[in-house]
Formats: sequence, C-alpha cells, structure tokens
Amino acid sequence: MSTVEFRKALFADERKDDFNEIGRPTIRQDILGHVTGRSKFYDDHLFDGLLHMRCVRSPHHHARIRAVDTRSAESMQGVRRIVRPEDVPVNLNTLLSLIGFGKNDEALLTPKKVSYKGEPILAIIADTERQARAAVDAVEVDWEPLPHVLNVEEALQPDAPVVNEIYPNNTFEYYDKYDHQKLRFGDVNKAFADAELIVEGRYQMSPIEQAPMETCGAIAAPETNDRYVCHTSTQALFFSLATTSKLLDLPSARLHFIGGTVGGGFGGKVDSIVEPMSVLGAMLTGRPVKFMWDRSEEMQVGAPRGAELWDIKDAVDRNGRIIARRFTGYFDSGAYTRLSSYAVVKSTGHLPGPYTIPNVASNVFCVFTNRTPATAMRGFGITGVDFAIECQMDRVATAVGMDPIELRILNAYRDGDMKAHRRIAKNTALIECCQVAADKANWRLSYEARRQSSLTGGGGRRAEIPETEIDEEGMIGERRQKIMPSEPLSGTGRRSRIPAGTVNGEEVKAAPAQHPEMEGLRSDSLRISEKANLPPASPPAPPPQIPPYSKTGPSQRPEGKTSERNSPATRSRRRRSNISRFISGTRRR
Amino acid sequence: MTIHKGRGFACINYPIGMNLGGDPSQALVHATPDGKFMVTLSSIDLGQGMKSVTRQIAAEALGVPVSDVYVDTADSDTGPHCMGSFASRGTHRVGNAVIRAATEARSQLLEAAAEELEVDAGDLQLDGRGNIHVKGAPHKSISVADTSIAAQFRQGRTLAGRGIFLVPPSNADSETGEMSPVTCFAHAALVVDLEVDDETGEVTVLEINSAYEVGRALNPKLVEQQLVGGAWMGLSHALYETTEPRYPEREHLPIDFNSYVMPGPGNIAQHNIAILERPAEDAPYGGKGPGEMCANPVLPAVANAVFNAVGVRCDTLPITPERVLRGIRKNGGARPQGRPR
Repeated sequence: MSTVEFRKALFADERKDDFNEIGRPTIRQDILGHVTGRSKFYDDHLFDGLLHMRCVRSPHHHARIRAVDTRSAESMQGVRRIVRPEDVPVNLNTLLSLIGFGKNDEALLTPKKVSYKGEPILAIIADTERQARAAVDAVEVDWEPLPHVLNVEEALQPDAPVVNEIYPNNTFEYYDKYDHQKLRFGDVNKAFADAELIVEGRYQMSPIEQAPMETCGAIAAPETNDRYVCHTSTQALFFSLATTSKLLDLPSARLHFIGGTVGGGFGGKVDSIVEPMSVLGAMLTGRPVKFMWDRSEEMQVGAPRGAELWDIKDAVDRNGRIIARRFTGYFDSGAYTRLSSYAVVKSTGHLPGPYTIPNVASNVFCVFTNRTPATAMRGFGITGVDFAIECQMDRVATAVGMDPIELRILNAYRDGDMKAHRRIAKNTALIECCQVAADKANWRLSYEARRQSSLTGGGGRRAEIPETEIDEEGMIGERRQKIMPSEPLSGTGRRSRIPAGTVNGEEVKAAPAQHPEMEGLRSDSLRISEKANLPPASPPAPPPQIPPYSKTGPSQRPEGKTSERNSPATRSRRRRSNISRFISGTRRR
Repeated sequence: MTIHKGRGFACINYPIGMNLGGDPSQALVHATPDGKFMVTLSSIDLGQGMKSVTRQIAAEALGVPVSDVYVDTADSDTGPHCMGSFASRGTHRVGNAVIRAATEARSQLLEAAAEELEVDAGDLQLDGRGNIHVKGAPHKSISVADTSIAAQFRQGRTLAGRGIFLVPPSNADSETGEMSPVTCFAHAALVVDLEVDDETGEVTVLEINSAYEVGRALNPKLVEQQLVGGAWMGLSHALYETTEPRYPEREHLPIDFNSYVMPGPGNIAQHNIAILERPAEDAPYGGKGPGEMCANPVLPAVANAVFNAVGVRCDTLPITPERVLRGIRKNGGARPQGRPR
C-alpha cells in the first residue's frame, strides 16, 4: 500500500552519510510488551481500593447556576465525596501561564456560570464507576439559561453575549492593546490598487477530534511519604505536573508523575485537566482515585482541534506572480483560551505560506464562543491555514491559467529571501519537493520549472524589507463601540509608515552548550557539511530562457469571486512561462 | 451517473519546535558498571518513536551500539525537565539535549580509556561496536566495558553527561508581527489522484504521490510510518472527520466511532513517498521531525483534486458527499477541468 524511496542526490553536498546508528531502522525497546499486551498504560495501575470520579456537566451552552442540590446523590450507595468548586485550592488557571502568556480564565470546576455544553461544575467520587455515574445523574441543578453565541463572526459583533468574563470582548487580548495579532509587511493597499487581478477565497477548517485509542485520564494515589503519585496519559509530564501544583497549591516536590506509555495523543493530551482532578480526589479521600474520560467525553468535552475561518485576498500580476496577500483569520477558541491564543501567533509567523510575496498583511483573532474549548492537534496553528493557502493557490492558478505546480514554483521562497515576519529564509526545499512529487506522479513540468532550485535565485532584492504601512486599528474594546475594520488596513484608525529595512529584533539561535564537553553541535560531529550553512548563492544563476507553456488543463474562465482588471486580449499572454521572467527580474538589480 | 477522475496538488512548509522558543528539554546519560548506557528523560513516547530515536542519537553520539543503550523516560522523580511531546519539538529539542549529554559522557569515557591505555584521550576513537582504540593503531585498544569497570572501580570516575537544549524565548511585535518563530522548517509536496461520483457525491482517493523533506531520516522506518499514517490522517480530515458536522451549530454531535466517521481499511490509498534530506544546522544530525507536517498537504490537495474532477470548490471541511453534490447542483452539473499534465 505504500512505497518509500530516498532521493539522496538532492542536497548531497550538505550531508555526510557515514553513521553507525543514525539512518537505520531499529526495533523499539518496548515493542515486546506492546505486542503481547503487557505494557502498562495509566489505566493498568489499578490500586486496591481504587475510587472512581465522574463530573456533573452543563446541559446548556451558556447558563447561570442558581442552585445545586446534591442531597439525594450524597445518600446513594458507594458515594464517598462530592467535590465542589470551593474544594479546588486555586480554582482559576490558564495553561500558558507556565510561560507567562494570557490571563487565568478557566476554573477546574466552574462555580457560577457555565459557558459551554459539557462544562464541569461538580465531581462525585464513588466506589465504582457505575455508582459515580448514578450519583451524577441524581444531582439537581437549577439552571438559568443565557443567550449564547456559537459563530465567530457573531461573537465579534458589538452586542454579542459575553462568553468569558475575563475577556469581555470575546477576543484574546494581544499586548494589552489589540483584539488580534497583526502582521504588516510592505504596502498592501498600494499593491491591491495596482493589481491586474484579485483572487479571493474564504476557507473553513472544521473542528476535529484527536481520537486517541486510549482516552485521557489519570490515576492518583496518596503515598506514605506525604506525596501523591499520578499515573497519567499526558503528552507533557512537567506541564501537567506544574499545572496540578498550581491548581492544588501543592509544592511540586509532593507530586510524583509517571507516564510515557501512551495510547496516542495527537495534541489532545496536553490540557492537564485529568491530572489535577485525580490528585484532588486522592487528597480529599486519602484513597487512590481514577479520573478518566469515556469516549463521549473524549469526543465532546475533551478539547478538539478548533475550527478556523480564513479570508484570503490576493493581488496577482498577469504572469502569476502574487504581489500582495491579505488575510483575516478567526480561531474558534471555544469558551476558554487553553492554547488557541498561542496558535494565533504561530499561524501569523507562518504567513503567507512558503512563498515570497512582497506585500502581506493579516489580522488573526482568537475568538471566544459558547462551545467546548479548543486545543492543540497535529499541525496546530498551521493545518487550517495551510488548507486555506493551498486551496487559494489553486484558485490563483486557475485565474491566471497556469499549471498549479509551476505557479507554486514561481512564487516559492528560496534561500536568502526575506519572510513576512522579517527574518531571512534558509535551508529551504519547497521547490525540490514540488519537482519530486510531480516527477513521481508523472505530472509533466516545463524544463524551466524543473531547473529551478531553492539554492539559487533568492536573496538580492528579495532579501529587502519594504517600507511598511501600519495602523492602530482593532484596539481592545473598540468592537463593543461598533468600530470594526473588515480587513487589515481598511478601517479609519491612525495610519503611519515605517521605513524600509526596519527590524527591531534579531535572529534567535539556540543557547550554546554550557560546557565545552557537551558541545555536540559542531557541523563535523553532526555530519552536516559547512555548505549547509553558507549564505545563498548570489548573484543568482544565469537567466533562463523563456519557453512557452504547453497549456492543457483547466479552462481560462475565472471562477467565483475572481475579478479581472485586464482585457481578454492580454489573457493569452499569461500562458507563457513566468518563472524565468520573475527570476531574471530579481537579477536586474 | 459518471465517475470523474481528478488530480490535485499542494505543498507546504512546517515550523519545527515551539513558536518563539522558550521550550527547553534536558537529558542525562550515565554508564552502568559494565559499560552500557542509560539515557534518562522525562519526554513522552506517544507511540511516535521518541524512545527509539533518542536511543539511536545517544548511541551515535557515544559511539557505541544501539543495543548498549537503554532509554528510561517519563518519571518526574528521575527524569530531568522536558516541555513535552508536541509542536514537532521532540526529535529536535530532546535529540539535541541527548547529543550534548552523550557527548559529555563520551569525553569522560575516552579520558578513562586514555588512562588505562596510557595515551592521550585525543588520540582515541570508538569503533561503534563497543571498543576504543588508538587512531591508526587498532591493536592498541580496550573495550567500553573494561573502561567502564576501570573508571568505576579503579579510577573513581563517573562516565556521565548532562544536556539541555533551549531556543531562548522571544516575542512577536504587536505592530508588524516581526518574530523569530522557529529555527528550522520541514517541507512537503503532494499529488492526489481521486474519483468523484457525480450521482452520490462520493470521493474515492486512488493514489498519493509525495515528497517530504525531513532534514535527515534518523530512523527511516519511523519516518515511513509517520508519513504513511499522517497522510491517512490528512485524508480522514479532508473527507470524513469532524466533531461538529453542522458547525457552527452544535447539533448531531458524534459521541463514538459509529457516528464519528473515519476511513476504514478499504479506504486506504496507495501512497508513493520520496524522502528528501536537507539537514538543518541546529537539528540533531540535521533531522527535523516529520510527524506533524505530513498530514497538512493532504487536505488542500484533496480539495483541489475534487475541483479538478467536477469543478466544485470545497472550501469547507470535511468534503462530504452532501457538500460535493450541492456544489455540482449549484453549478448545473459536473464541470471536469481536464487533467493537468
């Protein structure tokens, strides 16, 4: 069903391949236990006297808790303890407080108002899971349902219900200043004014479950030395330990976390909820306690990969060169922050995709809605925007009548190019991947496209940072006052320009080894040739000739929201190869 | 009813490690009395092969066979700090920490051997099979096992190392978004061939041809399983999966694998993979970590192939038969775009 080959000839002069152990398959050291079913996962640590913990959860998207009656639950067989919000020593947290990012905005057990269906307000610990489930069902809650908002664009309206009181404008707040993260590079408005062609798209990434075979959970037990041991499914042992220590106000030295044999994670086992819950249970009962999501909780209460909505607008010249790209992105964070605020910044650093585009602007929002909080999943912050960018590239190719792969090669970033986040690209390999994938699929590329390289043609004028138009639109709270720019640099806020070449920070490199004996990162010991670290070849390779595209494939008719500014007569000229023109254009400097 | 063939393309790059840094990992390495090595971590093996790849990296940096190395991980009492297994940081951050720890242990190993052989440590090398000998004089040698015994019981030396790897934290600029997101990027490009049934809207993926640039395939079998599994996940994201099928309305929510749809064994497409290696200067032996990025290009490539087959732009995921059919109907019928070259 699959074949694998190595293309060792590519970048061969940047590698040495003389290893003893690297580059070989090995047998996993724990494979015998796995294939014989004897490896111990967290759920295999079934202590004597193990108790089971289950949560009472909100049936509403948004509701105030008027009263909770646990009398009948308390008297049920096997019930050991009702765990209430006031039992959580520090009942407000945000995950990234560990790296000092964001405000505490989420309780472990929510005391007054729930903001999503499934939000936990109470936990019950009983001798068996069945008893715990029965007692959960017996708790009576007097709910006062509130208006809710589920759509990210509606959540940004001035009169939208407040999802999360810590962020009353329904957006995460960046730098105590803006309701979104900005990216500004070049003069986007001018580029759009001059554009021959504008291509627009709107892309919706769906919420997705990480779907590990083993659901999230933990078993905690008191130890004789005044400590708690916790067997956990976490993806991040010290992340979960530190979060538990904070919520339960326990010195970290009293926590002993054990994990590392995990039935799949894919990003869904970072949120560190099951660990503080089970340790809290062990603290309150003095007994081992298991807190584990069942499959329905894993799917609907456990945080999914969040939905993302992306608007992209491109200004394109008739040769297929994208001269400006504008984004507005909305990450649906659900009711609380978890990690979406971070994904917004990560996605911003990824824009405009692996292409060298001289003018780029984006506004990306982390929006609160009345749904299950979103969290990390494989490709976090990137998968959704890659879907948007690559569908958009296809639209551009259709609009200009170019081969979709050749359009990518034409616009691809190369060694030495300036990226929109104001750092130089290096170690790039997009063009080679395009060429090899096309080759494997028998997708014929022109000679011109096949002879392009990530190593040449970059730098020079492409390394320059342009004069950039900036603005102060989208200040925190302005939306509530009905000041809402529809896209970057479109509002009435104060504008200014920063000069070409402006860089405030510098390239960040890894901290050096603290002792020379540890220094293993020299190029000889890593088998990386010095060539890999050389600046890009400059000036670029000799100017290629311009062969005509032998046009087949998609019709020339622009689709959907594409608008054309040039006459139909010019359209046929687009069919020619533009890669060489672009490259030689940079060479003229 | 007509079956339309379509072919779509997408290419991507992917940042390795936590955005804006600030995510350290540590490793400890020590020799057992008879010259085997224990690597102690707190990193998590999610099944992706964290233990295998750190074991190989330690063996390579120490200069001993992989069978002489064992990785002990994920116990907070013994393992030094690691930020966690996410953000494509495992191989890059932990791998580098292991190289540093193993390099320090190796240098102590060579010093102990030098004392036994009465030569200069700088003249010694490991043969990767458990022996240390004088460069150019293979007969003048001592085994790693004998060196370890001598170090511990005669010389009173530890053969141990510690390593940490950190890309220091930085900030993004509030006005321009200027930042140093990560220090290296992996790359991928991929062609999807599929069929669309214009009566049912059903999409059948026939074949994937791909190229993945991973810096260095530290363990080719682990890379292969990541790329094969990741492409499967990409297809699943593109065509089937969502926790909220009526998003943004919260209705018809799946709660188990009967209602949460994923492709089964019969839906797995032929996948032909080419691996490219352009090593990154600060990555362990150049390796970038292929795990996360490999699903990403599949989603747009499928959407683009559906457009190529029937002329419907599926801009909302997943690309369900309903969405395809509605698109065909809106266009007044399937509009095949013609096969790209």
